Amino acid sequence: MKMKYWQEEIETASRETLDSLQSERLIATVKRVYEKVPMYRQRMDEAGVKPEDIKNIKDITKLPFTTKQDLRDTYPYGMFATDLSEVVELHASSGTTGKQIVVGYTEKDVHTWGEICARALVAAGADETDFVHVSYGYGLFTGGFGLHYGAQQIGATAIPVSAGQTKRQVTILEDFGSTILCCTPSYAMTIAEAVEQAGIDASKLPLKAGIFGAEPWTEEMRQYIEDKLKIKAYDIYGLTEVMGPGVSFTCEKQCGMHVNEDHFIIEVLDPETFDPVPDGTIGEIVFTCITKEAFPVIRYRTKDLGYITREKCECGRSFARMSKILGRTDDMLIIRGVNVFPSQIETVLLEQGFAPNYMLVVDRVKNSDTLEVQVEISADMFSDVTTALTAAERKLQIAIRELLGIQATVKLVAPNTLPRFEGKAKRVIDNRKLHD
Amino acid sequence: MAIKQLSIFVENKSGALADITGILAENSVDLRALSIAETQDFGILRLIVNDTEKAAKVLRDKNCVVNITEICAVAVPDTPGGLASVLRILADANIVVEYTYAFISNSKKDAYVVLRINEHDLATAEKLFREKGIREINESDIQSL
Ligand SMILES: [Zn+2]
Repeated sequence: MKMKYWQEEIETASRETLDSLQSERLIATVKRVYEKVPMYRQRMDEAGVKPEDIKNIKDITKLPFTTKQDLRDTYPYGMFATDLSEVVELHASSGTTGKQIVVGYTEKDVHTWGEICARALVAAGADETDFVHVSYGYGLFTGGFGLHYGAQQIGATAIPVSAGQTKRQVTILEDFGSTILCCTPSYAMTIAEAVEQAGIDASKLPLKAGIFGAEPWTEEMRQYIEDKLKIKAYDIYGLTEVMGPGVSFTCEKQCGMHVNEDHFIIEVLDPETFDPVPDGTIGEIVFTCITKEAFPVIRYRTKDLGYITREKCECGRSFARMSKILGRTDDMLIIRGVNVFPSQIETVLLEQGFAPNYMLVVDRVKNSDTLEVQVEISADMFSDVTTALTAAERKLQIAIRELLGIQATVKLVAPNTLPRFEGKAKRVIDNRKLHD
Repeated sequence: MAIKQLSIFVENKSGALADITGILAENSVDLRALSIAETQDFGILRLIVNDTEKAAKVLRDKNCVVNITEICAVAVPDTPGGLASVLRILADANIVVEYTYAFISNSKKDAYVVLRINEHDLATAEKLFREKGIREINESDIQSL
């Protein structure tokens, strides 16, 4: 049965209803973490804030922030707000730059996670007849579980394919008749290429939609994947520390990701002053969990950059919408003093007709930063005349200079020579670090 | 009467050319003519072979980027000024030659010369060659090499 919403009442609730629900839930959460989590109590005491000072959502700015470092410092269970006996599932976020962090879920938390993913699936057109092919990793990382639970809540069929073994992914798409693919956008690209290489006509596959997330990607990349796989591509956003994928999701209007505001409060802050910025202004996204039992984070700094709007969406949902992640404060490259996000270069590449298979190599030569953009040449761009190719390189170079104000060198490389990714893409090689 | 030329994207790194010619040799494709255009970071290998379609297929299977272009090749007297006279005819008609390269022929008197002319000028060029008695070579000339 085709549904417009999974939970119409809350998804389309008025702003006043959402505000009062958020206030009520925030007050209860703050009270609870103050009692149960020594770290929060200590931080609030240091900031001179008592749970009674939090009377509505506007008071959230009085609360101290939580950072990834805080979660590492309290490893493994220091931030848990329930008895461990109530925890039914644990996940961990990989510590690429340090010790990993551990998060826990009670039975209710697991249900909430499934519920928010069910909303995302329904927004992507899913119902009980769908086959949800989950190619996020299944393991300690939160990856595939939320969408798996969400698919089951709807009554759809979850296929826990997990990441990797790309040829097998294609076989399953074909043989099991997957209708909705869930993975990172980079892996969707890799799968799309494998479908093409297997000589399969993507339009003949039952696949109709994709729910992609867990890494920043551009609008141009979305169109590229839609075109290659002949599907409609939806965004999903989330992070392990807050819940996992499902914190926000796109609807069929594709105009931002609806934040599940009955479970999370979103704030956008100036990355330097940490003051709230007006809606529509880019800043660091900060989340507070207001229904989570085992691991509620308070004002968690995501390091993701984006902006929000609270205008009601044409789809009827009233949940605030966040932009695509425009970059991470961590991914930001500073090249000759200019802030550069890989996603900006990706946009230019796709606009110029290149495939989004690229690497950025940053180096320092004679005390000056250099940026080399390596991009694979595609068959339809190739020519037997050298000048046609050097002109394409030159055009790309000019477009990058116009956008970022920096001179980059462009290097065309042969197809299938740059790395392919099964999870999150790593497209930057910064050789400057080696000289430090 | 154009003949078919393969062009292949080659990265400027050691072994790239050996890999491509190796793939062709393994598949018994014979090379008739070869030229390379290089820039700072890549090259374009241009080939005339005995079986263009097969060569393109085996190279594409190995993930090479391959184009097939129709090019014009003529027999030029193997005497001083032979090529110059052909190029003069084209220049006088304002026809631009993107690139040219020569290869051997069966006859001692002639050299074969590839002339890459824009598609929209090709018909005019061929007409001029016929009028001036310049023989354009065709696929059977290539096969008999
Ligand atoms: Zn919407």
